[in-house]
Amino acid sequence: MTWLARVYVTLKPVVNDPQGLTIRQALADLGFGSVRQVRSGKYFEIQLEAPDRDAAEAQVDAFCRRLLANPVIEDYRFEVEQLSPARA
Amino acid sequence: MRFGVVRFPGTWSDLDCFHVLSEVYGQEVRYVWHRETDLSDLDCVILPGGFSYGDYLRPGAIARFSPVMAAVADFAAAGKLVLGICNGFQILCEAGLLPGALLRNNHLQFRCQWVYLRVENVETPFTLSCVQGQVLKIPISHGDGNYFADPETLAELERTGRVVFRYATPAGEVTPEANPNGSLNNIAGIINRAGNVLGMMPHPERASEEVLGSADGRYIWDSIIRWADGRHPA
Repeated sequence: MTWLARVYVTLKPVVNDPQGLTIRQALADLGFGSVRQVRSGKYFEIQLEAPDRDAAEAQVDAFCRRLLANPVIEDYRFEVEQLSPARA
Repeated sequence: MRFGVVRFPGTWSDLDCFHVLSEVYGQEVRYVWHRETDLSDLDCVILPGGFSYGDYLRPGAIARFSPVMAAVADFAAAGKLVLGICNGFQILCEAGLLPGALLRNNHLQFRCQWVYLRVENVETPFTLSCVQGQVLKIPISHGDGNYFADPETLAELERTGRVVFRYATPAGEVTPEANPNGSLNNIAGIINRAGNVLGMMPHPERASEEVLGSADGRYIWDSIIRWADGRHPA
């Protein structure tokens, strides 16, 4: 069956995020004084085939560890959603 | 000695590296396409600067999985010399051949300018022609050169003398103002534990002839060639 994974890659809290700081400043300049912090990151939508949810999640975790995130500087999280039912 | 200059899709400093090694130094050089896996004819591999794979995902993140990189890892494990310049440094970090990572410059600007590097360790194959504390004038050209490592890794690099180059003033003072990208401890170049894999953000190949405004890059090429001659006397 086909699964949709939504993957979020973010800089670790200890890593400085100049893009986030710049965006926060721009929001403040626009008058949005409520903004306390902005952290930038990356978002991926990945469709994949897997027999069940556990298998899909295991695969996506491997995608993240091998390629999508650099463990030195980034954290990741994801959710998977079933797109099509199992074929009878 | 025989050099290899690796070309990934998007590499842009390959011609400069080849020119300096062949025309200025009269060394044997060949290009290495990123799909090659046999480096057995080479003594030193250069990973040049550029934008391999368009810097997609992260600089170096895709290039590190090119077939040549497994061969480069074996080449390094055999004790042969690997020099990563700019994007090459980023690729070596992504590949785990050097620790840490290169983040977006702290001011978000792409910087193409002269910088001054203080040589911190002259007991490497890449710096043995320098004197301790010597200042080299060499240009940078990058948007992601902000060196980061966790505190333990950083402390180990410092304790073991593996910070080879630091951004400094022309007089050799390491100051925040001399740091062009936010790198921790003004780090511009580091070496692996075994001492045969060096990564640096500045471009010595762009400063190896006086006509270009500086020939200080020659200290690095001289070092590599002297080191190899010492091991394999003619």
